[in-house]
Amino acid sequence: MSILDINKIRQDFPILDEKINGKNLVYFDNAATTQKPLVVLDALANYYGHYNANIHRGIHFLAEKATSAFEESRTAIQQFLNAKYKEEIILTYGTTDGINLVAQTYGRKFLKEGDEIIISTLEHHSNIVPWQMLCEEKGCILRVIPIDDNGDLILEEYEKMLSEKTKFVSVVHVSNALGTINPIKIIIEKAHEVGAKVLIDGAQAASHITIDVQTLDADFYVFSAHKIFGPTGMGALYGKKDLLNAMPPYRGGGEMIKEVTFEKTTYNELPYKFEAGTPNIADVVAVKFAIDYINGLGKANIAAYEDELLVYATQQLSEIEGLRIVGQAKEKVSVISFVLDGIHPQDVGVILDQQGIAVRTGHHCTQPLMSRLKIPGTSRASFAVYNTIEEIDKLVAGIHKVKKMVL
Amino acid sequence: MLNMTINEIQDEIIEEFDLFDDWEGKYEYIIDLGKKLPKLADEYKNEDNIIKGCQSIVWLHAYKKDGKLFFEADSEAIIVKGLVSMLVKVMTNHTPEEIATANLYFIDKVGLASHLAQTRSNGLASMVKQMKAYAIAYQAND
Ligand SMILES: Cc1ncc(COP(=O)(O)O)c(C=O)c1O
Repeated sequence: MSILDINKIRQDFPILDEKINGKNLVYFDNAATTQKPLVVLDALANYYGHYNANIHRGIHFLAEKATSAFEESRTAIQQFLNAKYKEEIILTYGTTDGINLVAQTYGRKFLKEGDEIIISTLEHHSNIVPWQMLCEEKGCILRVIPIDDNGDLILEEYEKMLSEKTKFVSVVHVSNALGTINPIKIIIEKAHEVGAKVLIDGAQAASHITIDVQTLDADFYVFSAHKIFGPTGMGALYGKKDLLNAMPPYRGGGEMIKEVTFEKTTYNELPYKFEAGTPNIADVVAVKFAIDYINGLGKANIAAYEDELLVYATQQLSEIEGLRIVGQAKEKVSVISFVLDGIHPQDVGVILDQQGIAVRTGHHCTQPLMSRLKIPGTSRASFAVYNTIEEIDKLVAGIHKVKKMVL
Repeated sequence: MLNMTINEIQDEIIEEFDLFDDWEGKYEYIIDLGKKLPKLADEYKNEDNIIKGCQSIVWLHAYKKDGKLFFEADSEAIIVKGLVSMLVKVMTNHTPEEIATANLYFIDKVGLASHLAQTRSNGLASMVKQMKAYAIAYQAND
């Protein structure tokens, strides 16, 4: 039994009271985006209602207040990742934005023809395409760590791939499609042994796992606020200070400059060098409230409870005839992907939706992974701390109904 | 059946759907239509016949005979296949002019537009668009 009061937690998320097709919403699409607690909604309203102002430029009261709230969020993120310096936190639009930033700045400056970049079969498209673009431009070579049938990376193959040609490794911390938790500490260590830099895509890890970029010795770590109970369109890139300093700026504009003349512009220091233009102030301000919310519950408590849900769901779903769970990695977060014999995932999704149950169906932006698994896609239920055992029972009943109607 | 107009067929479908008072009946019916739709021959399941914008693969094959346009279609997903079957039923065996100018009100009337999520109704919309594109192309060729 969890020490968290789940019923009380559910009251923090007003959307859970919605009726979908006349039924109580069962929201099992948390890997796509999590719902937002009242403290986050209030923070947004409070910002716009009481201290909306542009930051880092005004000297008036509101500008000062908005600027300090904005910078407090940066500090909250620094602590969330246990980064050494506050200026190592670059505020972005999300995971995708952070990966593109690194590929377009670090990648373009330091990688050259023939250099190798390693990713894995588990990657989301957003950790594939930016590297392909870079490879196309620079003539680098993209190599891919294979997985076994359970959805675990084959580390021996990774080690064989590493050489003095390896210049960059970019892998996902937790797979969004299968839930696999990758052994990123080892991956980082091995990469560093050959002098390669490492980016970790933490989009799916940030809400489930305690992250310590210093212990991990990650060079870059990225995540999105919307997957950790925060607002959409906001995220963060952690980068080691010396690397960020060595990287050229990404976008040009206001905020990121020190001095502009028509002859030459000097750039602002970290982190502002990478934050051109008026940022997404409200959402940045609100993310601190999401982080405080997580800390209030305790990440370890959240993880323990989600694990209970995962164990129960795995057990219940395994008993359904014709259902196969896709992804049985040794270590998983609370994500279950499955296929049903003779039923297309889309049909599963449509009929569950009629019953008020929201799951994700399709390839989950991981088409190469789906090809490796030789399936067109899966249905995926992903759990968050506000989900319950009763809801999993509804999912199980819902799947039985899908079978009854389609087969 | 042969001489029914596009609107007469639509009205017939709307009438059939009036019989259902819950989602289950409606979807079971659609699934049944999907199961009854003859399989599209493998030779037509090619890249060119794939409709873009659907979450599951949908193939649409068109051909002309005696001045009329005919459609055959298929999908991997059974509900989409049922929906596709209705579209084919409405649109097939009419002149390109009739198809190009058809107003497909039945989708809304049978309450499917609201039942279909954005991605899926986009799929249906792409299918209708493609059928009309064929009709216009055949008109131009005449
Ligand atoms: C593993 C992984 N990486 C990257 C992303 C992209 O995140 P965003 O769309 O927030 O930039 C996602 C989101 O689905 C993800 O699950």
